[in-house]
Amino acid sequence: MNINSNSYTYVFAIAMVIVVASLLSIAATSLKPFQEKNIELEKKSDILSSIGVIGEDPELLFDEYITEQLVIQNGLVVSSEVTAFDIDLEEAVKESNSTRKVPLFKAQKNGDTFYVIPMRGTGLWGPIWGYVSLKGDGNTILGASFDHEKETPGLGAEISTPIFEDQFPDKILFSSLRDGIEVRKGDASGYQQVDGISGGTITSVGVQTMFEDCLIPYKNFLLNLSIENDNPSDSTISVLYH
Amino acid sequence: METNKTKEALFSKKNRKLLSDPMNINNPITVQVLGICSALAITVKLKPAVVMSLSVIVVMALANVITSLMRNMIPNRIRIIVQLVVVATLVILVDQVLKAFVYDVSKQLSVFVGLIITNCIIMGRIEAFSLGNTPWKSFLDGIGNGASYGLILIVVSFFRELFGNGTLYDYPVMEKLGLYELGYHNNGMMLLPPMALIVVAVIIWWQRSKTPSLIEKD
Repeated sequence: MNINSNSYTYVFAIAMVIVVASLLSIAATSLKPFQEKNIELEKKSDILSSIGVIGEDPELLFDEYITEQLVIQNGLVVSSEVTAFDIDLEEAVKESNSTRKVPLFKAQKNGDTFYVIPMRGTGLWGPIWGYVSLKGDGNTILGASFDHEKETPGLGAEISTPIFEDQFPDKILFSSLRDGIEVRKGDASGYQQVDGISGGTITSVGVQTMFEDCLIPYKNFLLNLSIENDNPSDSTISVLYH
Repeated sequence: METNKTKEALFSKKNRKLLSDPMNINNPITVQVLGICSALAITVKLKPAVVMSLSVIVVMALANVITSLMRNMIPNRIRIIVQLVVVATLVILVDQVLKAFVYDVSKQLSVFVGLIITNCIIMGRIEAFSLGNTPWKSFLDGIGNGASYGLILIVVSFFRELFGNGTLYDYPVMEKLGLYELGYHNNGMMLLPPMALIVVAVIIWWQRSKTPSLIEKD
């Protein structure tokens, strides 16, 4: 048989495409349940690690620590067909701040209440996302963790390292000066400032924008919390507010 | 021809050369100057460089074997397309399996999967070697070239991570040595792409000075 004839070339190409297409679709469909499970587990352990719970079995720990899952729209708790855990934040952040429905996770740890807010924004090369956990007053940060899809290793990708993340605890989100966290160059001693990444300016600014954008739907809800739990001993917040 | 092949031992001198040649006188990066694009993109840190090297070795060996098995069936006019399809299919399969069973590794690799498909070394070895050689030889050639690509990647990322970030495999070497207290600063330029080329160029320089057969006589 002449393997360089036109008809053979066509037959070969068609056969190859069919074989490859079926191989890939079989692989994709049969592996999908495993992949989705991995993504779900990762999300659960991300939420847990933002309140400082790290363990072997995120599934079990999640049920133990996360007591309530709320859906928030424009500062109010609303009912939703989709549960808070299943809300696709990538789609949600495309909507305007006032109409989007966003999840809020309420956690109990050693008798204290914490709130976990998922965030999503844009870095230099692709999406960045993260979780910020708040203390019971709904304003003081307990911890923050970030991740990214394709920021440059050693530069923008440093947002997901402790060097950057460890600056967030005890900063506050809302004051009369601004909402969110200012990521700046150099001195970052203020209550709403953190030091950005050298060489990763656009990613750092992306983190700041992500805070500003993602907090708006929660703002009134969280401010009500801080009025309810007004703690006179925490003078810093009172000073900034009055 | 047929009798020669059956007589040849699995690791005959000729076959061992398939493994060792790419390490030095036929190195895909420093001599053939292929695969420069990915050598530049992923050598900022050791960890992704190691993951990338392993993935390239696996994909290159398998792609070489598969195309070698099909070498008498592939129509000449669409051979490049066939090679591309084989490589792309393998990379997607590897990626899907990693995502399902070793999610952590797949997160490390995600960005680089596309780079494996476009890696000119893989296409180059298929076109130049496995289309004309037996599967076993092609397998050895794939391992040899993949490993020597990985070697350069790891050497380059070693220097870039050490001097650019002060760490090695995320271990803070410079901090532990106490160099920062003596006023040492990381060189941020090592993290930028041009430094990858400069480091590769230094390796080429060193290799040529050691291997006279590589120096062109003009």
